[in-house]
Amino acid sequence: MPSIKTLAEREETRVRFTSGHTLCAGCAEPMVVRTVLNAIEDPVVVASPTGCLEVATSRYPGTAWNVPWIHVAFENAAAVISGVEAAYKALTKTGKVKRRIRFVAFGGDGGTYDIGLQALSGALERGHDFLYVCINNEAYMNTGVQRSSATPRCASATTSPVGATIPGKPQDRKDLTEIVVSHHVPYVAQAAVSNLIDLANKVERAMKFEGPKFLNVLATCPLGWRTPRDSALVQAKLAVETRYWPLYEVIVGRYKINYKPKKDVPVGEWLKTQGRFRHLFRDPRGKELVVEFQAAVDHHWDELLRKEQCFPGGEENQG
Amino acid sequence: MRKVMTGHKAVAEAMRQIEPDVMAVYPITPQSEIAEYYAEYVHDGIVHTELVPVESEHSAMSACVGAAAAGARVMTATSSQGLALLVEVLYIAAGMRLPIVMALANRALSAPINIHCDHSDAYLCRDSGAFQIFCESAQEAYDYTLIAQKIAEHDKVRIPAVVNLDGFALTHTSQVVEPLDDAPAKKFVGDYKPIYPLLDVDKPVTWGPFAMPDYYFELKRAQAAAIEEVPAVFLETQKTYSKVSGRNYGGFLEGYRLDDADRALVVLGSTAGTAKVAVDALRGKGEKVGLLKVWLYRPFPYREVAAALGHVKRVAVLDRAFSFGAMGALYSDVATSVVHVDRRPALANYIYGLGGRDITVNQLVQVFADLKDARPDTGLRYIGLRE
Repeated sequence: MPSIKTLAEREETRVRFTSGHTLCAGCAEPMVVRTVLNAIEDPVVVASPTGCLEVATSRYPGTAWNVPWIHVAFENAAAVISGVEAAYKALTKTGKVKRRIRFVAFGGDGGTYDIGLQALSGALERGHDFLYVCINNEAYMNTGVQRSSATPRCASATTSPVGATIPGKPQDRKDLTEIVVSHHVPYVAQAAVSNLIDLANKVERAMKFEGPKFLNVLATCPLGWRTPRDSALVQAKLAVETRYWPLYEVIVGRYKINYKPKKDVPVGEWLKTQGRFRHLFRDPRGKELVVEFQAAVDHHWDELLRKEQCFPGGEENQG
Repeated sequence: MRKVMTGHKAVAEAMRQIEPDVMAVYPITPQSEIAEYYAEYVHDGIVHTELVPVESEHSAMSACVGAAAAGARVMTATSSQGLALLVEVLYIAAGMRLPIVMALANRALSAPINIHCDHSDAYLCRDSGAFQIFCESAQEAYDYTLIAQKIAEHDKVRIPAVVNLDGFALTHTSQVVEPLDDAPAKKFVGDYKPIYPLLDVDKPVTWGPFAMPDYYFELKRAQAAAIEEVPAVFLETQKTYSKVSGRNYGGFLEGYRLDDADRALVVLGSTAGTAKVAVDALRGKGEKVGLLKVWLYRPFPYREVAAALGHVKRVAVLDRAFSFGAMGALYSDVATSVVHVDRRPALANYIYGLGGRDITVNQLVQVFADLKDARPDTGLRYIGLRE
């Protein structure tokens, strides 16, 4: 697995993603992008849908990408990378391309959970050889913090505001990771920006497989979550420690929870540090909602433990 | 060798000879058979093409854009609602200067849903930045698929192409077609030389950046310059193709018994075949009538249309789709063509054939009679409509 030293060396020598982009101070996205790209040894081609990452890295005539990169529209990153990969196969057949090249798509939760879900599902089913990384900051941050299907229940967003009668988002988030698992692709995992070595290891394990690979990476948006600018890592770490965001992987249908917190940290400890949940701790109705939130977290964690018990991971999860 | 085949098969044969690296396919009536024929070629191993059987037309064009930017020769086909779904990405393909060739089996747009021919889908992508060709016959659909590929990939052009063939009227009817042999067809189309391919990993490029008010306008102007190159390349390519095929293609328009006509029709697509029969019938009776068929619809050949119609007294422009709240789209183009010339015909606009409604010789004979009897007015007229 890539050591910190290897990752740091690659960051120094290859510079696949440069500084000078316009992502916000404290944004988690560049950390995810750099870690993923540094964990891949071969040359890569990257696709991104419309979103923060795209807008902040590709303003004409500049670019932050030092690898071949393509953006087409909001809902189609998986279809675009399918086409790139199909071209690679065809041109390899005709001898016009001779090197081994890997394909990566970076989409936000809006472009992946919502508008890009159909294209993603199609690309997974067709079995293209690519890695899709959902950089999940749990709302449409680029357009001004609107709710997405990745936004957690109760969170305040600009299209699920805390009103006089409805306290934030009324619905639960979608479990996209399990939706991808249902496509029976070789590698699916959840990671978080707080655990970069775990993320790098997952990318390296994923890239050993031929076919579609998927990573759902929790990536704090301090602006949208309304947390301090230097909180990205702390926030993601708390999400992992409270079991809100389990780090796990599903390799050829076999589950492995990569990190099991030793202490029971209530999810309220995470919620109360974020402006988007502030109303839960001010409003008299909030207490009950936090209890419900905790129950949902516990339920999903138990479910995951049972899946791991039924379909335990083998040697391929080690290292 | 002359063969009997459907329009579908004719297009699929041209595609087989072009042999794209990537072909994205998704079913929709009346286009599906093009996808089916091509899937057979791939599964029989007679082409090296990677077939990408996508989950929607939107993904079809998206995969085409990805593949074309990667450096591959790319084709696809669609109809109607499929075109409506993918049109977002067709605009992007044009903006990214990608030579993707798409067959469009023309079919009416919903609602109400209808599977039969009209040109509402072609008009929907009229302003997309792709160049558009309309075909009268299965032979033309074959020929213009090869021609479009060569134009699209020309250094000066490099934009997507839409090759229109009327749904059912051309796609599903069997006609005599004389395809080229494989070797001359392949030689005519030539090898594809990509520019700045994504797969050239040693020279990384950023495709599809975003541009703010400081650059957007200039980039769109540069795109307009690309489609302005099409007419010259179109003529040059027709010339080469005429030599290879022995079929005489010359110009953006085909005039039929037009030179001394005092009345004429302007049409797109398979209706030209019906119109030729009507023209012949009236010429037999000594009437000076003619036809102008438009091959190159975008970029629109304004000057050539004006030159072709300058001597004609009265012209009926036939649109096979509404442009709701406006005159027909083809009419508007013809009117623009003649507005600045001194000798210009009086124009009438007919809407006809929507949702596959038949257009007959007798109806077109009647249109010529109407033109004789009354000076055209500015309102819409209809052919074959129950009112």
